[in-house]
Amino acid sequence: MSLAETLSEITRIPGVHGALVVSRDDGLVVADALMEGVEGDAVAALAASLAARMRGVTTALGQPEPVLLMLAGTDGTLLLAPGPSGLLLVAVAGSDVNVSELRLGVLAAAGTAF
Amino acid sequence: MIPETIQALTAQLARDPGSLVFLPLAEGLRRRGQLESALTVAAAGAARYPEMAGAWDLIARIQSDRGEGDLAFDAWTTVLRLDADHIGAHKGLGFLCFRAGDHSRSLRYLQRAAELAPDDQALKSTLARVREITGARPVPGYASPATDPLRAMDSEPDQALLVDRQGRLLAGDLRDAEGRSAGEAVAAALTGVTREAERAARLLGLGSWRRISLEGGPAHFELRTPTIDSVLLLTRGRHVPAGRLGMLADRATAAARRWLEELR
Repeated sequence: MSLAETLSEITRIPGVHGALVVSRDDGLVVADALMEGVEGDAVAALAASLAARMRGVTTALGQPEPVLLMLAGTDGTLLLAPGPSGLLLVAVAGSDVNVSELRLGVLAAAGTAF
Repeated sequence: MIPETIQALTAQLARDPGSLVFLPLAEGLRRRGQLESALTVAAAGAARYPEMAGAWDLIARIQSDRGEGDLAFDAWTTVLRLDADHIGAHKGLGFLCFRAGDHSRSLRYLQRAAELAPDDQALKSTLARVREITGARPVPGYASPATDPLRAMDSEPDQALLVDRQGRLLAGDLRDAEGRSAGEAVAAALTGVTREAERAARLLGLGSWRRISLEGGPAHFELRTPTIDSVLLLTRGRHVPAGRLGMLADRATAAARRWLEELR
């Protein structure tokens, strides 16, 4: 399955505004499927930065990197799934998304993409 | 509170309308009996910080002083929606229900307040009086559940950490994979995480951020902000379901908020 197909599996979930594959080291977009108005570069940079910071927490505890990170806001959710190859799968969704469905979709897509 | 202090706080609020100084100012005005002014200041503060339980509690107390029981009831109900373990709201609602003659409801609120503040002797006496009036008797052998989440944290040590915005340790600890204390190292790693999350949430149109959940290998984590200048990290083994961890984090967040408010 191509990256584009993997991302479209996520964006098919109702309420999802976009999905991206991001390079963790420099926060650059590798592939994306975004709704109009979603700034891919901003999402990529912010997601990579947040993932790096949270990786610092698990590293301090001598634990492996998290498999999933979810930032929940009043109006939406950001999900990140780090991959082993220096990539990060990212999904942005509105508050109307089914978070459980999105979580499973992102984990499944990360398993396929990475 | 002396008039000079009121003046100073008023000037400070005028200079910085987003400041939390509205809390001591409105409280000071309330204590001086300037209820109209106190309500104006508190209401403006609550409008700016609609999710701050303390602001609504202040409004409720002012409205109660003004004899506006119904409005005070609404405000304390709002407090409990924001912080289900707010002692002041349980006490206030207990008092309002008692005044309205609804003794059994009053008993429920006061009982909950007493569970949350087991050392409050005045509350104990009030509760005993209300129990006497309602004819309620404690069930033999019944022990109140340990509801204070900070106590729950104590009973399962090294699984929660409270740090300030600069990454300085405030309470709790965490152990690393080797069983060594890792609180200071994790606190340092959390420095700036609030700003990062705020920035991400704002720029991505996610509104105000509420929590960060991490699903790890051996453990899961929940990150919350009990107050604007503190961060709480709670962890449990992966056998604890995510929903339950979220509830534990909610309770610990409410307890940490109270603890910080008391410290100040």
